[in-house]
Amino acid sequence: MQQAAGRVKVAAEVVREPADVRRPAVRIVQQRWFTPWLFLLPGLAVVLGFNLFPFLNTVVLAFTNAKVLGGGHFTGADNFVRMVHDPAFWTAVGNSALYIVGVVPPLVILPLLLALLVERKLPGITFFRTAFFTPVIASIVVVGLIWTWLLDSRGLVNDVLRALGVLTTPIPFLTDEWLLLVSAMLVTVWKGLGYYMIIYLAALGTVSKDLHEAAQVDGAGWWRRLWSVTLPALRPTMVLVAVLSAVSAFRVFSEVYLLAGPAGGPGGADTSLVMLIQQVGTGLSGDLGYSSALSVVLFVLTLGLLLLTNRLNRKEDL
Amino acid sequence: MRGGTVGRYVLLLLVLAITVGPFLWQLSTSLKGVTEDIYSTPPQLFPQHPTPGNYARVADAVPIWSFALNSLLVAVTNVVANCLGAAMAGYALARLRFRGRTAALTVFLTSLLVPFEAIMVALFLVMRSLHLNNTLAAVVLPGSIAALNVLLMRNAFLALPSAVEEAAIIDGANVWQRFTRIALPSARGTIVVVAVFSFMFSWDDFLWPLIVLSDPAKYTLTIGLSYLQGTFVNDQRLVAAGTMIAVAPLVLLFVAAQKYFFRGVGEGAVKG
Repeated sequence: MQQAAGRVKVAAEVVREPADVRRPAVRIVQQRWFTPWLFLLPGLAVVLGFNLFPFLNTVVLAFTNAKVLGGGHFTGADNFVRMVHDPAFWTAVGNSALYIVGVVPPLVILPLLLALLVERKLPGITFFRTAFFTPVIASIVVVGLIWTWLLDSRGLVNDVLRALGVLTTPIPFLTDEWLLLVSAMLVTVWKGLGYYMIIYLAALGTVSKDLHEAAQVDGAGWWRRLWSVTLPALRPTMVLVAVLSAVSAFRVFSEVYLLAGPAGGPGGADTSLVMLIQQVGTGLSGDLGYSSALSVVLFVLTLGLLLLTNRLNRKEDL
Repeated sequence: MRGGTVGRYVLLLLVLAITVGPFLWQLSTSLKGVTEDIYSTPPQLFPQHPTPGNYARVADAVPIWSFALNSLLVAVTNVVANCLGAAMAGYALARLRFRGRTAALTVFLTSLLVPFEAIMVALFLVMRSLHLNNTLAAVVLPGSIAALNVLLMRNAFLALPSAVEEAAIIDGANVWQRFTRIALPSARGTIVVVAVFSFMFSWDDFLWPLIVLSDPAKYTLTIGLSYLQGTFVNDQRLVAAGTMIAVAPLVLLFVAAQKYFFRGVGEGAVKG
């Protein structure tokens, strides 16, 4: 900032040089009409070409029977009718919805507790904040492989439980249909903790210090201040975290793919909606029409989730 | 009060064990030699004779360094494209007056509502018609200028005082000069955030490369690793070494840039 201001001052002195008589002291440069568009061109090209165009194409394809190898005719709502009768679709939507139920409450509460824990300036606190963020920066593939190793029937978690005498037979985290889904949720929560902690930390910085001090003078203890001052101030942030985590939970792919395998667990029982889109739409036998119809459903449900929470949020303000 | 502080540190260490512990366990596994029992009960937390041998062995088994090179190429291209492209678009949206500005802004905002997962199959078709499938270019292009980064840069430029720029206009600076000499240096903090996130995002990405790449020679590290798991399910030491190779550069990058992420947090410096 200062550097830039300094350079501008130098430029101004150069212009005022008396030797430069022919140039006016003040010269307004006319901006040509296309200049802003040159600045926007790369960004607009990428967003229009690789985001909005494929989106429109997805909507169009959803009403056709197009295949990866070509062809495709308009078939009306056939794909959507097929979906209603497709048990794999209901399994996938059910799993994705279940994922929201399992993942959102811990992701709203635990990161808040973490933020409260690292909020106060203590020696070494920056180290802890950074360390708690490590699962966020690691690739989901790395995280998936680490947890596959930890949750294996011969892995560390089962080993520790056995050494403690809690178990005699290992818990089948990665082979049981339901435990697989729970394990994937556990991985999602573990990986998300640090991310939402940062959001809460930023929000905690805005909580009124005066209100806190006034409450303290009035003899309110730590819990009382948390309940009556901090939490009400954080409510919008909690809603935000709920929306963000719900939308990303509904779009889950990698956790299940990595823990359960590409087929989605025993008999495909743990397939998520995005996994189904990927399975149906890719490969040589890819069914683009049906996969696009599934994508449209994903889009509508995600958007619905956003609008619903937006509405709830507004009601809360009244 | 002192008791409270001790309790706080106990909790901090407990959370540290939960968040970082799994990485350390993976590191420990990657350093255990072939003769060491990795399934021993009770578990052996430290390798008895630490050896880097698994890192060499994993490279013999799969071309992990060439996967890493592909990932690096993709990530660096992504960083350069995002920093430059998003800054340019953000600058035009924040600082230039022209017809159609609202429309352009709407395009970027709208694209935020479309989940990537809903367009990935259609994106595959776009890449196929551009004859880019199974190339690293196809991996980079869709995220090369992310709408979110454009909006981040726009916000950063909106926050600059306009007086400096007006002075530059009077001095005869053209748009490009104002952009490169005034706006960009002033938004350094946001650019670092965009750069680190772009690197992280593309180094870590899994779903899109999985769809668009089919030739093992083009694999990025994440795809290569999931392939490693399938091949070496019996030797956990190699998988562990592979994951450490994937995570180390990011940890270093993040530690180097972390002051930009935590600056002001918790001190009330972040305005709501």
